[in-house]
Amino acid sequence: MNIDLIANLAYVISAILFVFGLKMLGSPATARRGNLLSSVGMLIAVVAGLTDGGIISFQWIAIGMVTGAIIGALAARLVAMTSMPEMVALFNGSGGAASLLVGWSTLYDGQIATFTAVTVLLAILIGGVTLTGSLIAWGKLSETINSAALVFSGQRIFNSLLLAALIGSGVMLSLDPAVDSVWLYAVIGLSLLLGVMAVIPIGGADMPVVISLLNSYSGLAACAAGFAINNNILIVAGSLVGASGIILTNIMCKAMNRSLTNVLFSGFGAVKQAAAVEGEVKPITAEDAYYVLEAATNVCFVPGYGMAVAQAQHVVKELGELLEGNGCEVSFAIHPVAGRMPGHMNVLLAEADVPYEQLVEMDDINPRIENVDVAIVIGANDVVNPAAREDEGSPIYGMPIINVDKARTVFVLKRSMASGFSGVDNPLFFGENTRMLFGDAKESISAVISEFG
Amino acid sequence: MDIVFLTFILVLSIFLGFELISKVPATLHTPLMSGANAISGITLAGAFAAAGAESLGTATILGTAAVTFATINVVGGYLVTDRMLAMFRSKREANGGQS
Repeated sequence: MNIDLIANLAYVISAILFVFGLKMLGSPATARRGNLLSSVGMLIAVVAGLTDGGIISFQWIAIGMVTGAIIGALAARLVAMTSMPEMVALFNGSGGAASLLVGWSTLYDGQIATFTAVTVLLAILIGGVTLTGSLIAWGKLSETINSAALVFSGQRIFNSLLLAALIGSGVMLSLDPAVDSVWLYAVIGLSLLLGVMAVIPIGGADMPVVISLLNSYSGLAACAAGFAINNNILIVAGSLVGASGIILTNIMCKAMNRSLTNVLFSGFGAVKQAAAVEGEVKPITAEDAYYVLEAATNVCFVPGYGMAVAQAQHVVKELGELLEGNGCEVSFAIHPVAGRMPGHMNVLLAEADVPYEQLVEMDDINPRIENVDVAIVIGANDVVNPAAREDEGSPIYGMPIINVDKARTVFVLKRSMASGFSGVDNPLFFGENTRMLFGDAKESISAVISEFG
Repeated sequence: MDIVFLTFILVLSIFLGFELISKVPATLHTPLMSGANAISGITLAGAFAAAGAESLGTATILGTAAVTFATINVVGGYLVTDRMLAMFRSKREANGGQS
């Protein structure tokens, strides 16, 4: 048997491990083992990859791997759970960068066929978009750049021209794939620019969609690189990731009742004809909140991005335990797009050691929301905005929400009366049964907890 | 390997991916995403040939950079996913196996 055959057989084994790993990631009981299995698959694939006949010296490979492993391990260890969306975005971006570079370096192999040139082109294009798109997403998530949707006049025309230029350069490069071709640099530059242009018009509240879509792209980029270098495992693993990313993206879009095109091409808040909300807000003190909670038998927490910002997950869990000790039924209702990435709130509550049985999904809590004595909204806004149900003029009309306004009492923890991310007024704050607990979410909850003491 | 064969693999893997991930509880969306993200670092297995040249030419530099980025993706992705999953606990486990 020659070494090439053995390597390819090893790739079959890693493909099987990836499939089982992903399958097991779908259930809480087996998820951790699934991830381990998939990492073993990766190890096998990497070892098999190292047997490649084209390798003459291992010096640079070793340098690259050691550097990468140190950076990756440190980043994974040190990142705070609240910054997880940014971290995932950066990892995504580096996957995209790798595919771009592999595609690019393939051109140095000498004369290549047109088909290979097209796949190289795709690897550079998708990899480049993933790289800069992820960097912009990272910037928006970490508030390094303004996280609001950036829309300027002529944006569509500009993007159309950009796309046309990209296609033109791509065709020219495919016809004459040379490393010193000016078209190569044009394709690289334009792809990177496209990634930037694709993500800047998308607002922070739509980030769950963007992150899962970029995740899908990073898989597709690996897939294209696989075609460029004739490598089976890149194609298999890349398309598995691509498909799973598309499914997540779809789930996120459904949760907002918007099509993918709508999320990608219309900046949130671009249309604002919603009925202005008038009314009086009724503030409540921590002490009064305590009296209400003390008498409650069914309390439901509804967390949002504000909980992540205030790092309030631990005090929330503490309050939940106190209420449970008081004979109260406690649940945490999580909207699919609460936070900045799919499952963001689940991760934070898990960090605070909330058992996952207490986490309920939107469709489970809504039918029994009338039985909830107190719904506590922590830093969530759009996902509990009744305007999505009632006001046809509202930009978020039609988005499924958690109907906290139907609970007996609603506490809204909020820093101030500013409107939510989409810039939409929230009639919930003026509701008959709504009480506003103003201030930092963490401090407010700590104040309520101290009343229990 | 011919184009048709590779395309076969592509199409079948995409269908397999769709089937695999169809019903995942919301709790696991983040770990699933970051776990899948780690797999997309598979580009690493294909980056070696370019980085393994004897002399340090442009292709080797590109290859080495690709190896570095892909390793960040792989190592970071798996570790961070594991770190997240370690936090997910059911009530039984949280109470030390009782209740």
